Amino acid sequence: MKFIDEFRDGKLARDLASAIAREARPERSYNLMEFCGGHTHAISRYGLKDLLPANVNMVHGPGCPVCVLPIGRIDNAIALAARPGLILCTYADTMRVPASNGTTLLKAKAQGADIRMIYSCADAIRIAQENPGRDVVFFAIGFETTTPPTAVAITQAKALGLANFSVFCNHVLTPAAISNILESKEVRELGTVPLDGFIGPAHVSTVIGSQPYEYFAEEYQRPVVIAGFEPLDVMQAILMLVRQLNDGRAEVENEFTRAVTRDGNAKAKALVAEVFELRRTFEWRGLGEVPYSALKIKDQYSAFDAETKYGISYRSVPDNRACECGAILRGVKKPADCKVFGTVCTPDNPIGSCMVSSEGACAAHYTYGRFRDVAVVTASPVPAARAAS
Amino acid sequence: MSGVVRSDYVRPVDFRHGYVDMTHGGGGRAMAQLIDELFVRAFDNEWLRQANDQAAFRIGAGRMVMATDSHVVSPLFFPGGDIGCLSVHGTINDVAMAGATPLYLAAGFILEEGFPLADLKRIVESMAAASREAGVPVVTGDTKVVERGKGDGVFITTTGVGVVPVGIEISGDRARPGDRILVSGTMGDHGVAIMSLRENLTFETTIRSDTAALHGLVAAMIATAPGIRCLRDPTRGGLATTLNELARQSGCGMVIAEQRIPVHGQVNAACEFLGLDPLYVANEGKLVAICPAADADRLLAAMRDHPLGGDAAIIGEVIDDPHHFVQMDTTFGGRRVIDWLTGEQLPRIC
Repeated sequence: MKFIDEFRDGKLARDLASAIAREARPERSYNLMEFCGGHTHAISRYGLKDLLPANVNMVHGPGCPVCVLPIGRIDNAIALAARPGLILCTYADTMRVPASNGTTLLKAKAQGADIRMIYSCADAIRIAQENPGRDVVFFAIGFETTTPPTAVAITQAKALGLANFSVFCNHVLTPAAISNILESKEVRELGTVPLDGFIGPAHVSTVIGSQPYEYFAEEYQRPVVIAGFEPLDVMQAILMLVRQLNDGRAEVENEFTRAVTRDGNAKAKALVAEVFELRRTFEWRGLGEVPYSALKIKDQYSAFDAETKYGISYRSVPDNRACECGAILRGVKKPADCKVFGTVCTPDNPIGSCMVSSEGACAAHYTYGRFRDVAVVTASPVPAARAAS
Repeated sequence: MSGVVRSDYVRPVDFRHGYVDMTHGGGGRAMAQLIDELFVRAFDNEWLRQANDQAAFRIGAGRMVMATDSHVVSPLFFPGGDIGCLSVHGTINDVAMAGATPLYLAAGFILEEGFPLADLKRIVESMAAASREAGVPVVTGDTKVVERGKGDGVFITTTGVGVVPVGIEISGDRARPGDRILVSGTMGDHGVAIMSLRENLTFETTIRSDTAALHGLVAAMIATAPGIRCLRDPTRGGLATTLNELARQSGCGMVIAEQRIPVHGQVNAACEFLGLDPLYVANEGKLVAICPAADADRLLAAMRDHPLGGDAAIIGEVIDDPHHFVQMDTTFGGRRVIDWLTGEQLPRIC
């Protein structure tokens, strides 16, 4: 498949793996956080761990949009969906995130709520047009990648005079989360979480550009390499980070030059600025309240703001006590460190949000990598036979 | 009253503009007429013509096999097939996966009030064509009508019986370490063909459903390698689910090689932008076979010689593993678990 296979080439991967092994110095370790769930997914799905030397450690970051959504916001969405006649439109991943009292959007749907799984917020606009007698709410979540399309939907709704359409906005910001991690006491004071560098977001950076990360590189002296979501992108970025650390550099480098520029997408940024403004604070699952880390809809678009329209009030709900999602999202713990991982918490019955989305650190490890946690009789490579035609 | 008894005139069923109504399931004349003019005519065979509530038939020596399958596919018509031929192929394949020769089918229809008779006729005729082509007649059936809103147009349940020749022992619990794992062709075609038509997912593809009856392929495989241990058609849940089922049943593990699994380029592309994994996407005309290592090359050659096995491949090996993991060597050089599907396969957000 053109534009895909080139970035999954096994031979190039082996070449990069040997370069990393050659250049990584045996006397030190390299602890690299991949911020994005997309990277976590690629690392797990392609088994990149098997290609890295033992002293290059990947630490999963909080960049899974579903994982960081706090329980209280899911409760709000379920309450909205329960309103008579209302249609709630949502991205699919959100359907299974556990809310209070063991409910989920999926269970609410089974009990009769009209919840529609959509691929694009343009579908939500279409549903609102097709159902003029019913209120339609788009449950907007995600980082800077999904924010511009929501802005488009809101401006379209205004232009069309779609009075039955509104957005329950939960968009969050990447740089604020990175700051929060670097400022956390585990990283700064205790040194319990060694973080030597970051693999920077792929799709988010196509919108915001590479410039916002310059502050982290400079202020916290941590190199950042922005990388695409394909496995070769990740390998290349790891090599670039190893080189920066060996040289004592802390710069922002861009591996994903085919899509990311320093300034990002000016049009998308302008549109977001037109429709949204910063929230003073927003609760993240795992990180807690993070100042200026999320967006709300501006007053001039308040007719399309579900929070205003339905008077939604937020109530913070603590995670299940046994759940270590918070520590895992900050890189303090690994999935297998959690007592409930793989026992009561599985992708079929997730206790915490990290076990829900395939981008979540726990779900990715459970689905693709948990065989590494147990002694497995390893097989010889698959015997040679005639290759598939 | 004239006192003259007129010869019965029965207005023919209007298959152009008519709709299913409650009388078509009421047990009266309308139902009898629908059965005569549609089902008996389309499936025509000696058992149906007897007009009994059951079919009586003889079977030869060997173990009898029985399988049933309900079909609720939406949309009802899709590139490469429809619910009618799918309901015939699905059950024939379930019977054939025991190594059996499928002999007879039964079909139960649940029709929704208001369903166009033209669509019903098209579906029944497609079933009849599939059954004739497979040489497996539909010998008995049933029709019920539910009120509008209580069904989704039409649901079809088919049941099949067949006979396993003496000496053939094929079962999901017979895989042993060292055995080879084969697939009969490209994975994920049916699921992608269906998804391309789903509401709000319309994208253009030339991929067609692979729906097909596999008993001919199975017969050719058994003739070449009677020692085949397991056969299964990877329908819902795809290849990944089938391998996990077989690993659990047989109490073993498996290792497969990603680069050996045949996947059509368009299926890969569609899965890529929908955030799905082709290994979990449904097939309706493919099978997974597990056989002793010594038989593998011979079996592969026999499969490739059959029209439904042209893209067959040896994809991996059964291993000893108390955890029953199915592992895959990725094209990238790493290894990962191919796990059970969790719930429905939901697309990822970014």
